Amino acid sequence: MSADRQSEVAVRCRGLVKRYGDVVAVEGLDLEVRRGECFGLLGPNGAGKTTTLEILEGLTEPDAGEVEVLGTTWSEDPYALRERLGISLQETQLSDKLTVSETLRLFRSFYRNGRDPEDVLARMSLEEKGDARAGKLSGGQKQRLAVACALVGDPELLFLDEPTTGLDPQSRLMLWEQVQEFRAGGGTVALTTHYMDEAERLCDRVAIVDHGHVIALGTPDELIASLHAANVVELTTEPELPEAAVGGLASVVEARRRGAAWSLAVGSLALAVPALLAAVDRAGARLVHLSTHQATLEDLFVSLTGRALREE
Amino acid sequence: MSQTVSTPPALETSPLAQLTICKAREFFREPEALFWVFIFPLVLAMALGLAFRDKAPDRIPVGVVAAPGPAGVARAAQALAALRQSPYLRPRLLPEAEGREALRTGKVSLLVEAGGPLLFRFDLTRPDSRIAHLEANEALQRAAGRRDVVPVKVEHVTEKGSRYIDFLIPGLLGMNLMGTGIWSLAFSITTARNRRVLKRLIATPMRRSHYLLSQILGRLIFLVPETVILVVFGWLAFGVGVRGSLLLLAAACLVAAMAFCGIGLLVASRVNTIEGASGLANLVMVPMWLLSGVFFSSERFPATVQPLINALPLTALNQVLRGVMTEARTLAQVAPQLGIVAAWGLASFAVALKIFRWK
Repeated sequence: MSADRQSEVAVRCRGLVKRYGDVVAVEGLDLEVRRGECFGLLGPNGAGKTTTLEILEGLTEPDAGEVEVLGTTWSEDPYALRERLGISLQETQLSDKLTVSETLRLFRSFYRNGRDPEDVLARMSLEEKGDARAGKLSGGQKQRLAVACALVGDPELLFLDEPTTGLDPQSRLMLWEQVQEFRAGGGTVALTTHYMDEAERLCDRVAIVDHGHVIALGTPDELIASLHAANVVELTTEPELPEAAVGGLASVVEARRRGAAWSLAVGSLALAVPALLAAVDRAGARLVHLSTHQATLEDLFVSLTGRALREE
Repeated sequence: MSQTVSTPPALETSPLAQLTICKAREFFREPEALFWVFIFPLVLAMALGLAFRDKAPDRIPVGVVAAPGPAGVARAAQALAALRQSPYLRPRLLPEAEGREALRTGKVSLLVEAGGPLLFRFDLTRPDSRIAHLEANEALQRAAGRRDVVPVKVEHVTEKGSRYIDFLIPGLLGMNLMGTGIWSLAFSITTARNRRVLKRLIATPMRRSHYLLSQILGRLIFLVPETVILVVFGWLAFGVGVRGSLLLLAAACLVAAMAFCGIGLLVASRVNTIEGASGLANLVMVPMWLLSGVFFSSERFPATVQPLINALPLTALNQVLRGVMTEARTLAQVAPQLGIVAAWGLASFAVALKIFRWK
C-alpha cells in the first residue's frame, strides 16, 4: 500500500459532545482513523469509548461535533454508507431461535455485495456449528458469530466494540487472527477495548480515552516510550518504605503507592534494582515481594490518571 | 436438521423474504407460542362446547319448608308432590333454618313455605328465582284445581346457529386473531429491542420498513392454519357451519389479523422489557375479552356503555364473524364493523411508526 493511500482518512471526527442528562459521556473528542490501519480506543469502563464508537457508526446522534466516515457523512446517504461498514456492538445477542447459518444468511441478505456466508463461517471456525441454535453457543462462539455478521457484508471499515471482553484465550486469539486477516485484505478497523494487551497486539495506533477525552494518542511503542521508563518495579516491604527512601533513587522516573506496594517506573533495571535493595537495607526493612515487568499501556494509563484501567 | 434445504436464490437475497422466514422460524420454534395459538382455542372450544352442549335444561332448585303447626308437615308434603310435576323445578324438603341458609347461599333459587297462604321467598334480582316463582306458583295452583281458560299449545325449538357453541366459535376465532396478532408482534419486537437485536439490525443497510413489514407477513403465515383449524374443528365436533360466504370470512380474518398486528406494533413501539410489553398487552386485551362478546353477549352490559363497547375492535370483529358465520350476512352488511376493525389497525400503525424506538 502506497504512503499517500496509507494517509487517507477513513474516519474523522471533531469536537464530539454527547450528554445523557447531567452525565457527559463524550466531551469534545477529536479522532482520525487512517485507511488500512487498526485504530484502538483504550480506556476504562465509562470512559466514553462505546458512545464515541456508536456516534461514528451513525447509531447515536451527537449533541455537537462533526463526523466523516469513508469520505461521507451520516446525513448524506446512510444506507449507502452502511453497505460499506461492518459493525459488532458490545455484547450483541442475536436471536436464540435461529441457527448460526440462518443468522448469517439473514445478515448477508441486507447487503447488495458481500461474502459467501458459509465461507465466513469457515473463516470464523464456526462451520461445524452452522446448524446449532445461536442460543446454544458458548460466549466465544457467540462473539465469533457477531463478528461473522459484521464481515459478511464485505465491509471496508470494521467497527468492533469490546470484541474480546469475557472471552476464553482461544477465542480471543481466533478473533485477533481474523482482525489481522481482514486488515491484510486492505480493511480498516476501529475498535474499543479495555485490554492493554489487545491494544498493543492489534492496534497500529491507540487513543487512550478517559472521561470523554483523548488523553494520549500514538502507536503503542510511542505511548509506552512517553513514560520515559521502559520498566516497572513492584515492591512490597515490611515495614513499608517512606516516600523519601524510594523517590530519588537512580533511574526511578516515578514512584506511586498502590495499596501496600510501591510501583516504580524506572529507566534501567540494572541501575534501579541494586539501588532499591540498598535502600531497603538502609531502612532496616524486610523484602516481602519484588517483581519487574516491561512498561505497558496499562502503566501509561496509571501514570496519566492515577487509576487502573480495570478496577478489579 | 443436518441436511439444510437449499433456498431459491431470490429468497436468499431478498431481505424482506429472509426477515419473514426468520420471523416464522422463530415462531415455530417457540413451543409455548404454538400451544397458545393452535391448541388453546381448541381446548377452550372443546371444554365450553361440552359444558354448554344441548341437553334438557337444568331444573331450578327449590326449597320447601313446613309452616309451624301440626298441619304444616302434611301441607309441605303435598306441595312437594305438586312441585315435582313441574319439568322446570327440582324441589326438596328442608328444615326452616336450613332452607333460609340455602336460599341465602344460592343453593336454592326459591323457598316455598307451604302455610295457609303460600309464601314465596326469593331474590327479585335473580332471573332463575323469578322463573322458579312463576313456575312453582303455577304448579301449586294447578294441583289445587286451577284450569287454563284458553287452550295452549307449546312447541320447543332447537335451531342450529342458536346454540351456545354457535355463539362461541366465532368469539374464539376473534379472540385468537386478536391475541396472536398482538402477542406475536409485541413479544418478538420487545425481545429484539431488549437484546439490542434491533439496534444491530439498523446498523446494517436493512430498510426499517422491511423489518416491520416482515413482522406482519410472518404473522400472516400462520393465519391460515390457525383459523382453518378452529373453523374445521367447530364444524366437525359441533356442526358449527359457515352460513355466509367463506371468502368474506377469510377476508375478514385477514383484515383483522393485520389490524391487530398494527395494535401489537403500537404495544411494542417503545417498551424495553417483556414484563412491560406483557402488561401493556394485557391492558389492551383483557377489557376486550370481557366486554367484546367472546364468551357472552356484550349486550348484557348497560345501554349507556354500548357505544363504547361497539367501538372496540374485537367487538366489531366478533359482530362481523358472527354475522358471516351464523347469519349469512353480506359484505355490505358487515362493512361498517369491518371498517371499525381496519380503522383501529391503520391508526395504531400510524402512531406506532411515529413513536417507534429502535434502540
